[in-house]
Amino acid sequence: MNVQTDKVKSFINKYNCKQSALIAILQEIQAEYNYLPKNALIYVSQQLHIPLIDIIGVATFYSAFSLEPKGEHTVKVCMGTACHVRGGPKILEEFERRLEIESGHTTDDKQFSLDTVACLECCAIGPVVVVDENYHAQTSIRNVDTILKKYRKKEKKNEEHQ
Amino acid sequence: MINLKLNKLDVKAEQGWTILETAKYYGLEIPTLCYNEGLSTYGGCRLCLVEIGEGENTKLVSSCTYPVEEGLVVHTDTKRVLNARKMMIELMLSVAPNSKTIQDLASKFGVTQMRFEARNEECILCGLCVRMCAEQMDGKAIGFQNRGHKRKISTPFDVRSEECRLCGGCMYICPACQLRCHGPDPDSDVCNACLTMDPTCVDVYDELQCWMYDAGRCGTCVREEEPNKKDIQNADKK
Repeated sequence: MNVQTDKVKSFINKYNCKQSALIAILQEIQAEYNYLPKNALIYVSQQLHIPLIDIIGVATFYSAFSLEPKGEHTVKVCMGTACHVRGGPKILEEFERRLEIESGHTTDDKQFSLDTVACLECCAIGPVVVVDENYHAQTSIRNVDTILKKYRKKEKKNEEHQ
Repeated sequence: MINLKLNKLDVKAEQGWTILETAKYYGLEIPTLCYNEGLSTYGGCRLCLVEIGEGENTKLVSSCTYPVEEGLVVHTDTKRVLNARKMMIELMLSVAPNSKTIQDLASKFGVTQMRFEARNEECILCGLCVRMCAEQMDGKAIGFQNRGHKRKISTPFDVRSEECRLCGGCMYICPACQLRCHGPDPDSDVCNACLTMDPTCVDVYDELQCWMYDAGRCGTCVREEEPNKKDIQNADKK
């Protein structure tokens, strides 16, 4: 992806070129490109006079940031204690098998990203799977396919409308 | 000057000293691994643990990062400290059993078994190389990435960094880079050859030379201090 320097520069100027605003700037870049492009990070490092390795450290520390492009839909499988006990790992395994990716990665067609989360604070309805802010309660291995189909269908419908 | 008690001795320290620096000044040995005089303190290896406080409210702190306070009571060789230190060595040994530095520490402090699975990761995340690169070499080419069990030390994007001048400072200071010597059983997880072999690669002190508290190495002079409790119990029995 071609990174527009002007855009990144506007993010940096928005925070007055402050070093302390690094996370806010990274969040803006993440929102704009859906990931943190390499060139953008190098540019931020030059502008803010922060060593590149420190920026990488921040970018890899927080799960809100991603160094590889995220997919259209993000699938988050809960691995908190309650969901874990009720079969979270098996559901994750099923997602990995269906999407043919490991957790933390994106499918080749850039449709789905698969992630795990520690707890979504709704343990009563576990195991929980969240796709684009939509909560799917009490999922089982059987539901995995229907959930994925739902979002794939949406794509197709949109295309038909267009 | 700040007055504090170090192993029951009244000592004086200057403002801003850490417990480790005070102990070194008074010739008291506290083992360290991630500490280096030329670098900033990190407090990551937890080998320099000491016990502070009196009575039941004692706690373990890393002496390399703890600044001295007025009236502080420090013990460097209690059973709790020795056990915690042994555990730390055992944990580090499980991560990098091929490191000579860590095998030597194990021999020196009597760690003869390892109850964890050997992971052979060859990095104990002590951060010495990161600080060496940033503070002494002015490189800032390597740093910590990710977090939790995925934490690692690498260059940006895992490719050779433009900041890196290949000075080798990181390898020079790394405690895990020097491979262990081939003892009688090189495949074992715990070497301990130094305990029985002569000459040994660990600096061994003559027990008779022990001056007051020689790092609490032999541990014979260590005993649990609970005279008050015992007195109370005896009184109850009477």
